[in-house]
Amino acid sequence: MTGQAGTRQVALFVTCLVDIMRPRIGFAAIRALEAAGCYVVVPQGQTCCGQPALNSGDRDHAVALAKQTIEALLPYEAIIVPSGSCAGTIRCHYPELFENDPAWLPRAQAIAAKTFEVMAYLDEVCGWKPDGVTLPATATYHDSCSGLRELGIKAQPRRLLDAIDGLSLTPLAAAETCCGFGGTFCVKYPAISNAIVGEKAAAIDATGADLLLAGDLGCLMNMAGKLHRDGSKVRAFHAIELIAGMGDGPAIGEEA
Amino acid sequence: MSSFTTRADAALADPILKIAVERTAGTAQAKRAIAIDAFPDFEAARTRAAAIKDHVIAHLGPYLEQFEANAIAAGAQVHWAQTADEACRIVIAICKAANAKTVARSKSMLGEEIGLPHALEEAGIGRVETDLAEHIIQLADERPSHIIWPAMHKTSEQVSALFKAKHRTPHEEETIAAMAQSARRELRGAMLGADVGISGANFLIADSGAVCTVTNEGNAELSLVPPRVHIVTAGIEKIVPSMPHAIHMLRMLARSATGAALTQYTTFYTGPKRPGDRDGPEEMHIVLVDNGRTKMREEGLAEMLRCIRCGACMNHCVVFRQIGGHAYGGTYPGPMGAVLTPALDGLAPNRDLAHACTLNGMCQQVCPVKIPLPTLLKGWREKSWREGLEPTSMRAGLSLWAWVATRPALYRLGTAIAIRAIRLLGRNGWIARLPLAGGWTRYRDLPKPAAQTFMNQYKQEQRK
Repeated sequence: MTGQAGTRQVALFVTCLVDIMRPRIGFAAIRALEAAGCYVVVPQGQTCCGQPALNSGDRDHAVALAKQTIEALLPYEAIIVPSGSCAGTIRCHYPELFENDPAWLPRAQAIAAKTFEVMAYLDEVCGWKPDGVTLPATATYHDSCSGLRELGIKAQPRRLLDAIDGLSLTPLAAAETCCGFGGTFCVKYPAISNAIVGEKAAAIDATGADLLLAGDLGCLMNMAGKLHRDGSKVRAFHAIELIAGMGDGPAIGEEA
Repeated sequence: MSSFTTRADAALADPILKIAVERTAGTAQAKRAIAIDAFPDFEAARTRAAAIKDHVIAHLGPYLEQFEANAIAAGAQVHWAQTADEACRIVIAICKAANAKTVARSKSMLGEEIGLPHALEEAGIGRVETDLAEHIIQLADERPSHIIWPAMHKTSEQVSALFKAKHRTPHEEETIAAMAQSARRELRGAMLGADVGISGANFLIADSGAVCTVTNEGNAELSLVPPRVHIVTAGIEKIVPSMPHAIHMLRMLARSATGAALTQYTTFYTGPKRPGDRDGPEEMHIVLVDNGRTKMREEGLAEMLRCIRCGACMNHCVVFRQIGGHAYGGTYPGPMGAVLTPALDGLAPNRDLAHACTLNGMCQQVCPVKIPLPTLLKGWREKSWREGLEPTSMRAGLSLWAWVATRPALYRLGTAIAIRAIRLLGRNGWIARLPLAGGWTRYRDLPKPAAQTFMNQYKQEQRK
């Protein structure tokens, strides 16, 4: 489990949504991390971080999944996640989950301390920027809530995107307002979720941008799905796809 | 009672409600942002405000006793009420002892919480709501939909029609000023002629026995000073140690609520009329109400007792902005209401409130006393799960998913089969109707999953 001398050996926690819905986000994360000098491994014991159980009040299953995730990822120097909300679950909520469990608390704290959202890691820890990436387009960026409020992710993706030649960022009105996804919220209260994402989609369309970018696939699927239903031409990508030089591929919902 | 979902659907179908909520909450959000930007180190001020409240909540007993002693020394009478009913009985008894025919009430959410308007009605005591928005609510025979703008669900156009139907000499000109004059003509005499004035309290000052009210209309002062008797009903968590603490909280309250530096009228009432005073009530009664607060403190909701009722959480809540306050079904709406209502009215009939939240954290970010509202809501979700209140389909679905997800090899196989099946429903990259996920596809399209999971693709690439 050792990388080459001088390189950072990191583990990619893919997240269940990226694994099933859009693997290219995982491959983009690997490509960007390797460009930044990391040696990336994908531990096989991983599935889901347990957030759906945690947010539904199902503590026992949340604990079981957290333990499995901790065991799969603990041996690595750093754990990189292409999602602010899954990274936030591990960083902020695992230690809370094992607050009264002296056997697991140290492990939960250890993993929390070395888990990073991928763009924050590239920018803050690696001090890396994309080099030689070109994409002539205008894009707008939605700040997903968990990444923004639990992990302070705001400037990092914008700094990375700024280094892409030809890409210009157009500010999104109310970019820090929730898109209405909320995990299981969007299927438990579909009408309320729809009203919220309807306003978000209108704000995205009003920017006139070609591309919608964000750092969480759940939010992106919600916004892209609404934009598509409404007949919008805006194309949606996870920001890491552009940063890794994969912005010329199919957007969310486009056939490869 | 109707279900949360039914009420929310009705709210979503009401375009006027949306306009009304957006006008008020949108303005409040913009004005608050300006006020907070201009405040030197608001973050430090929030930390201090939270610390003040945590301190008094941890030492409620001694501070309340100090308050009681000082209020009595100033000439007031102090009453203690364990429950909402007890609080109402005390108020009615004071009104009856004063031979009160009518009372003037200055808006108080605690009064709403304990059901005081209804109790006064049952006792045959005339009630005049003197806060402009409460006056509107009284005329319309409705319930408040927001804790600082009870009539925020109504547009000014609707209020104009209401005044024209109900006021004796209504406004003729369609301006806000003319409407305010119409309300003034209606209310001024009633305020001055009331036998008893009833208010809540924004703060109870322990070291002086003073009660603080804030309004922007001056109706508290006009309702509380002329009548013979002033009754205060206050939640016990309203206590602060001293005037400087109250001033700090006031700076947080006004900015967080409306974006103003201070309310138009901020008054401290210390005892009734003293010898030599030109006016003021002859009697002042303060009813200190628990109504579940000590239980909340003991049962993991102590942080909720920090709340100073500014309304910032609901003004910034994406769900409240879509459905307004009535859909929540309790006295208190929005994020703070979603935490309080299960404590006040029971979890079983209110379990939806904890779930109808995207956990986006905006409410916590704007809360002037740093209440971890999403965490407290998740606490209710956990309790609801533990007590078996969650729907069977949700329990079964999550359990099955977790059973598979804790078996990685089976999970790989299961996800590979699932995406193959789901992909069959897709056309041109999108799925417009997905069985069991109608909540998603009723309103949005679902992108077709990739042909292979990340894990499978990665394994194949490693083998190359």
